[in-house]
This record gives sequence, structure tokens and C-alpha cells, in this order.
Amino acid sequence: MKKLINDPADVVTEALSGIAAAHPDLRVDLEHKIVYRADAPVQGKVGLLSGGGSGHEPLHGGFVGPGMLDAACAGEVFTSPVPDQMLEATRGIDGGAGVLHIVKNYTGDVMNFEMAAELAAADTGVEVVSIVTNDDVAVQDSLYTAGRRGVGVTVLVEKLAGAAADEGRDLAGVAAIARRVNEAGRSMGMALTSCTVPAAGRPTFDLPDDEMEIGIGIHGEPGRRRVPLAPAREVAEMLVEPILADRDFTGDGGTLLFVNGMGGTPQLELYLMYNEVARILAKAGVGVARSLVGSYITSLEMAGCSVTLLQLDDELLRLWDAPVRTPGLRWGA
Amino acid sequence: MAAPDEFAVIDAAAVERWIRAFAAAIAENEQELTRLDSAIGDADHGANMNRGFKAVIAKLDTASPDDPAALLKQVGMTLVSTVGGASGPLYGTFFLRMATAIGDAGTLDQKLFAAALRAGVDGVVARGKAEAGDKTMYDALAPAVDALDAALGGEDTGGALRAAADAAAQGRDATTPMQARKGRASYLGERSVGHQDPGATSAALLLQTAADTLG
Repeated sequence: MKKLINDPADVVTEALSGIAAAHPDLRVDLEHKIVYRADAPVQGKVGLLSGGGSGHEPLHGGFVGPGMLDAACAGEVFTSPVPDQMLEATRGIDGGAGVLHIVKNYTGDVMNFEMAAELAAADTGVEVVSIVTNDDVAVQDSLYTAGRRGVGVTVLVEKLAGAAADEGRDLAGVAAIARRVNEAGRSMGMALTSCTVPAAGRPTFDLPDDEMEIGIGIHGEPGRRRVPLAPAREVAEMLVEPILADRDFTGDGGTLLFVNGMGGTPQLELYLMYNEVARILAKAGVGVARSLVGSYITSLEMAGCSVTLLQLDDELLRLWDAPVRTPGLRWGA
Repeated sequence: MAAPDEFAVIDAAAVERWIRAFAAAIAENEQELTRLDSAIGDADHGANMNRGFKAVIAKLDTASPDDPAALLKQVGMTLVSTVGGASGPLYGTFFLRMATAIGDAGTLDQKLFAAALRAGVDGVVARGKAEAGDKTMYDALAPAVDALDAALGGEDTGGALRAAADAAAQGRDATTPMQARKGRASYLGERSVGHQDPGATSAALLLQTAADTLG
């Protein structure tokens, strides 16, 4: 394992210390491993909380700030945070309008957030609504699995619900936007290499040089199938086809095309993939109104990418264009 | 065979021995649990459980409640607060439900222990919504509580717990050919077949150490 770390046990805390040092407009609670916007709680505004295992940066701590999240809880690498952290953060961002929990559909995240919401109801009186993201079309037969994973669309939910909260919508209204975005978004990912969890010390899976994994999640786990390495244009087809087969994206408002790097793929290749995906979409009659290209929801140093498509309408377009000021996403503010 | 009135009585000290033995077994098997989790999950089961049980032992070293329910509640709360992932809520809920079932009983006879164990397992099901055959810790726990119930009154406590531990081990082994339907391994579909479930593996250690320390 070659990593810029000191002790595997200290990775998360030391990274959070770095976030605190680098971003004065964030406040970091190192004991509870929570990143807050410095001015939280914002009175009268619905608070947005997300969280999950570390190793997906900039998700979630990098998306804390005006126009997006009010706080994010960091778990150990690829391990969901614990209910205590979520409860503490929920209290810390409630400005009297309640708190939305944005939860990726992974068993650990769902169970810990569930316990946190139960505790919040019992102990704090803060109104909590939860939205579970589940956009990954690689997961078929949801009846026989833990259901579709929450992946790329989580970033878009955090941005769009964050903008809705900034507009002053109430908890039900913000949650409704979050649900709509989740419903209107689909993702599919692939990996060229595995990644190494610091505490494990070696790659999670072995992948020969001439093979790739199709249908991965974001935890360095193997995907649905392993196939021979193929040119980017064929990879793009393998990612886009299941997305278009699952939902109609030919609506009037156009789509948001999000090509995401898994952590170890250069921007050069991501733009090359964007080019391939955009070509396929044009052929399929799917319009692209907005784009996002970069590594926003990652699996440590895994090489590979995911494609997320979101059907837009006038309202979602406006919310997307609204100002946002976070370490990971920043415009108009 | 011992007569029913000769059953060992399980007190707080015995429960503490069990927890400490389980913590030691987790530490000893950390790499193996992580290796199993690498194959079908995200390579953190060993590290997560070991982190949680280190915290459990640190708490026991400073405060060791002298009734079984309080002790198990402390264990459960510590796990919920330190493990994360799926194992934290599942193992945490298991010990919390055991504590609730024991209530204010200062000692446990075989019957109360079996009832508490079943309550813990029911808690795991309520939290994780797993069914038999899903390739989870429940596949080791379910046969264990059934074996313990079947042995009630017929075996001394040591024998009954040994039967439960053996059933858990068989349940663990039976997860290998299963296709996962819960948790992260479920995303692998058929590729999860042929790998022993890490959760069932740690659950079998839980019963194994119970047999070693409570009989």
C-alpha cells in the first residue's frame, strides 16, 4: 500500500483537520467527525444533513456550505457514520424549520440514519424527514437485493434540495424536491482498477490489466460483471444503454449529464467519456441542458467513471443554476 | 446428564467473561473477517468489529455493571456508537434487545438466557429485515437459537450452548453456497456464491465464545 497517510487509524480525523484548516467558512467538530457550515444553524431555513463513509470525497464534507448541505457526518473509510454523530449534527443545524437527512441506499447508512431519526424524534423534538437515494441501474432485481444503491444522483439531490432550502421552502417542500430529483435520475458505473482501503492495506479485489468491472458501486466492491477491457466508446454504451432502458429522458427540459470520476481517473479521460456519452445521447434524441464533469463521488483511488443522467424541468434547472458555495461545488456566489 | 436444577447460573461476571472472550476472538480473527468481506463486501467487517469491541473492553475496564442487563446494554450502546456500517446497528441492537429481555433479573438460568438470545436475534431481524437464506449473520444465529431451545431442559447449560455453537458453525458454513440477498454482497448477485458470509462468521464466534465461557 502506497498512500500519503500516517496511521490507517487516523486517516479520517487527520483529513477532517485539513478540511478545517483549509476552509475557514466551515466548522469541523473533530470529536463527532462532523463538518458544519460555519454559520449553522441558519435560523428559519430547513437544515440539510448527509453523511456516509469516508473515501468518497468531495462527497459529503466537500458539499457543505450555502446552497447545499448544512452539515455532513464522516464515517470511517467506506463505513457509515454512527447514529450519535447524526443526532449531534441534526441538533446542530436545526434552525427551527426541521432537518432533511439525505441517505444513500446502502444497508449501513440506512440503518444508522434510521436509528438517528428515531433518537431525534425521542430526544430532541427536531422534525426529521429522510430521503433515500437509489439511482443505480446496475442493481437489477431489487426484490432480491438491498435495493438500488444511491450513487451519483446523491450529489445532485444535495445541490438541488440545498437550493430549494435556500429559497425558503419548508421541510415538506425541500423533501419533495429531493424525492423528485432521485426519481428523475439514473446512474451506472464502471471500474478499471480496485482501490485499497487503508485499514485493509491491499486492494479490495484483483482486476487483471485486460479486464474491467461493469456495474460497480462506490465502495471498491466488485461490480455485476467482469468483461474484457474495451475502448471508451464501447464503455460509454455499456453505461448509457441501461440508463436509457430504465427511464425516458426525452423530456422538454433536457437533461443534466454528470460524468463522474471514481477518484483515479484524469479529467482528460472524463472529458473523452463525456464526448462519447453526449454522442450516444444525441443519437437517442436526449437533449443535454447542463453538464457536470469531474470527480465528485469517488472510491478512494479507484480508476473508472460513472454516468448519471437527470431529467430536468424549468424548476430543477433554476435550482441547479442557483448559487452554491462549497469546497467541491461553487458558482454564482 | 445433569439434572435441571444443576444448570449453571449465568451472572454478570459470566456475561462479562463472554463479552471479553468474544472481543478477543474478534481481535484474533480481524484479518480473516476482513478477508471474507473483501470477497463480497467492502473489506471492513474485521476492522469495524475490532474497533467496536476495543471500545467495549475499554468501557468494561473502567465501569463493569454488576447486573447482566446493564452490562449488555452498555455493550450494545457502545457498539451502536462506535462501529458504524451495518454491523454497528445489528450487533448493537442484538445486545440491547438481550438486555431488555433480561430486565432486572440478577442472574440468568438456561431458559432466560435462551429467551434473551432469541430476543436479540429477533432484534437483528427487525433492524436488518433479513430472512433465512439471505446470506447474513442471521443464517448463523437462527439455527443457534433453535438448537438452544431444543436443548432446553434436556442438557446441562454447557451442553446446550455447545449445541447452539455447533449449529451456528453449521449455519455459517451453509452461507458459502448461498446467493446474497441483503447487504452490500447482494449487489454481486450470483458472484456472491461460493464465499462464506463475514457476518455469519462473526456470529458463529459469538456463539462459540458463549459455549466456552457460560457453560
